[in-house]
Amino acid sequence: MIPEIGHLALILALAMALAQGLFPLIGAHRGIPSWVAMAKPAAQAHLLFMLVAYGCLTYAFLVHDFSVAYVAHNSNTQLPTLYLISGVWGAHEGSLLFWALTLALWTGAVTFFSRSVPQVMVARVVGVMGLVSVGFLLFMLLTSNPFDRLFNPPAEGRDLNPLLQDPGLAIHPPMLYMGYVGFSVAFAFAIAAMLGGRLDAAWARWSRPWTSVAWVFLTLGIVLGSWWAYYELGWGGWWFWDPVENASFMPWIVGTALMHSLAVTEKRGAFKAWTVLLAIFAFSLSLLGTFLVRSGVLTSVHAFATDPARGVFILLFLGVVVGGSLLLYSWRAAQIKSSVKFQLVSRETGLLLNNVILVVTACSVLLGTLYPLMIDALGGGKISVGPPYFNSVFIPLTVPLALLVGVGALLRWKSDDAAALAVRLLPHLLISVVAGFGLPLIFAPSFSWGAVLGVFLATWVLFTTLQWLRERAGAGRGLWQALRSTPRGGWGMVFGHLGIAVFVLGVALTSIYSTEKDLRLEPGENYSLGGYDFLFEGVDVTQGPNFTANRGRVVISRDGAHVATLHPEKRVYAVQRMPMTEAGIDAGLFRDLFVALGEPLGEEGAWAVRIYHKPFVRWIWLGGLFMSLGGLLAASDRRYFKLARKARLTADQAAAGATA
Amino acid sequence: MKARHKRFGFIAAGLVGLGLAAWLVLNALDNNLSYFFSPTEVVENKAPADHVFRLGGLVEGGSLQRGQELTIRFVVSDGANRVNVAYTGILPDLFAEGQGVIAQGRMGEDGVFIADEVLAKHDENYMPPEVAEALDKAHNQATEATN
Repeated sequence: MIPEIGHLALILALAMALAQGLFPLIGAHRGIPSWVAMAKPAAQAHLLFMLVAYGCLTYAFLVHDFSVAYVAHNSNTQLPTLYLISGVWGAHEGSLLFWALTLALWTGAVTFFSRSVPQVMVARVVGVMGLVSVGFLLFMLLTSNPFDRLFNPPAEGRDLNPLLQDPGLAIHPPMLYMGYVGFSVAFAFAIAAMLGGRLDAAWARWSRPWTSVAWVFLTLGIVLGSWWAYYELGWGGWWFWDPVENASFMPWIVGTALMHSLAVTEKRGAFKAWTVLLAIFAFSLSLLGTFLVRSGVLTSVHAFATDPARGVFILLFLGVVVGGSLLLYSWRAAQIKSSVKFQLVSRETGLLLNNVILVVTACSVLLGTLYPLMIDALGGGKISVGPPYFNSVFIPLTVPLALLVGVGALLRWKSDDAAALAVRLLPHLLISVVAGFGLPLIFAPSFSWGAVLGVFLATWVLFTTLQWLRERAGAGRGLWQALRSTPRGGWGMVFGHLGIAVFVLGVALTSIYSTEKDLRLEPGENYSLGGYDFLFEGVDVTQGPNFTANRGRVVISRDGAHVATLHPEKRVYAVQRMPMTEAGIDAGLFRDLFVALGEPLGEEGAWAVRIYHKPFVRWIWLGGLFMSLGGLLAASDRRYFKLARKARLTADQAAAGATA
Repeated sequence: MKARHKRFGFIAAGLVGLGLAAWLVLNALDNNLSYFFSPTEVVENKAPADHVFRLGGLVEGGSLQRGQELTIRFVVSDGANRVNVAYTGILPDLFAEGQGVIAQGRMGEDGVFIADEVLAKHDENYMPPEVAEALDKAHNQATEATN
């Protein structure tokens, strides 16, 4: 009964999404106030039905209702409760339901938190999001209904994919989806602004906090995914340039460009058309990501077994969204004029360069990701593009970005004095060069130009960013006073850019100084790596809630002093008979020690063992967390709320005037 | 500086940047592509002898040999033809006899494919599209030959 209620709720949600998509858009176009007013209640009812549907599926998981095909395929009575809840989004149908729920949540949030925005604008935004929802709900109901029943329900479920039975992965998809889908708000604002013909600074200001929040979720999602791959897959890598990783990374890059471009549009009224285009692309790339994951067209660690009809549907949907919005853009872009002038040396130029570099980077990642598909479609055979391609394109493109990050923020709007800027920057340049050469020479085991570059860039970003804070002092203010008066938006920039410094340092040092070894170890055998001694003490069998594990014992010491005892496991999950590697990791701020078990070798208790020493690997994720914190601070800047209060009265009057 | 000059400067800088990026991309693509070949194509000598490529098919049942050391030997088959593969290191969790596999590496002189990397899958039901196609092709050729 409950699954049928869920199914019905989905159908009702589709009806609500249709109403939410059609009435407000037509009403706003024709000037029918009562149709415009339908936007909020329709969106909230849509959200309610989605919550009901989602609750029904979660309930089916909790009570082990194996007559629901999706539950039977992805759950089991032995599954711990946490994974019963996260299992709802563990596979195709459920993750789509989660996608649609997230979209409804964002739409609901727009209806609750946009009181400062004119009613017609909100109606258009909600309408556009409603149309996107219609696409997804149709997709779900036509090709992938999570509530499909089985005629002969099995007594026991097939269990959740053991790879997904992990706390890190329980929260990775929700974060990622909140980010992906969050860009739909920026997209809807851009489309709504084009429909209304009001592409002004106000539009950019409304859109900014939403874009930042979506970006924060996406950043956290990517960081969690990278961290999970590192410890769960047992490969010790943190990024593989896998097509599906790229699929989440491309919207992130374009979203980053969008945040910066929105700043110019809001503050200076420039780059308007460009900003709209970025908003369209950020969301289109999110949809493309969904397509790549869900269609199974690419060979990827993330690919699920799928049927081609689904891929075709998403591709069509993608075509409608991208094609429709670009058509609207080409029609409206001619009327968008940014008549604002700026000099060569100015913050506008800095942000322009930021945007150009980011977009070129996103394009090169896109090319590498889709190249195999294009060549295959042209009959050129099956190929794959390896990680070296991405590394050799990505690094040269992003080094200039790191050089410019701190400098751009120091520049004044409109025009700045290049000579004075050089004087301000010179001390930082000297410090960074000295640090770049000095630190690796003193501390690193071997000299490497890559490490010099990495440390130089990290120091440079750090000092130029701190210079921005320092310059807020002066002009009669003390440093403390200046720090206190810095708005959250400013702090957001500082933390975001410091995150880049931390990230760059982590990537450079980990890539250059990591050492790894696959080897055969007998109990009692010792191996030295990166100055640490790894003593393998053998493997015993232990029992988990729904798995059996071979549990190894590795004692690590340095110069005779005990450092850590690690317990890497090789698990076999009872239901799917699927082996899983659980690495043993001793985490530290400056180095990780990582041990993973391979297979038993021979009769004497010897095992294949993989050992890593990874300096500074945590800094990669730490950098991501800094950036997220920056985004959060920027989104919560007080002026958005202040403006909201101030604008509420005038906006409502203006809206009343516009619809009358 | 006149506006016209400035615009020209912007465009020139943009073109130089774009050219540089395009050069980087093409150069990198050229060096880092690896083509996919099925066991049948390898047996027919279609695969390059001196370049890295990807070999895909099913791990033949009963062909997996683990020794005392880390090197593992197995046979990749598409139903029609077989190729011996050697890999030194730790295999991904989902590697098993009878499962689809993609190995990246190059042909050794003795006709054994030396894999540097064996691809893992998240999902036991998943078959890489390349492998599925290679199996189909080999199957179709076999049925044509008997008709």
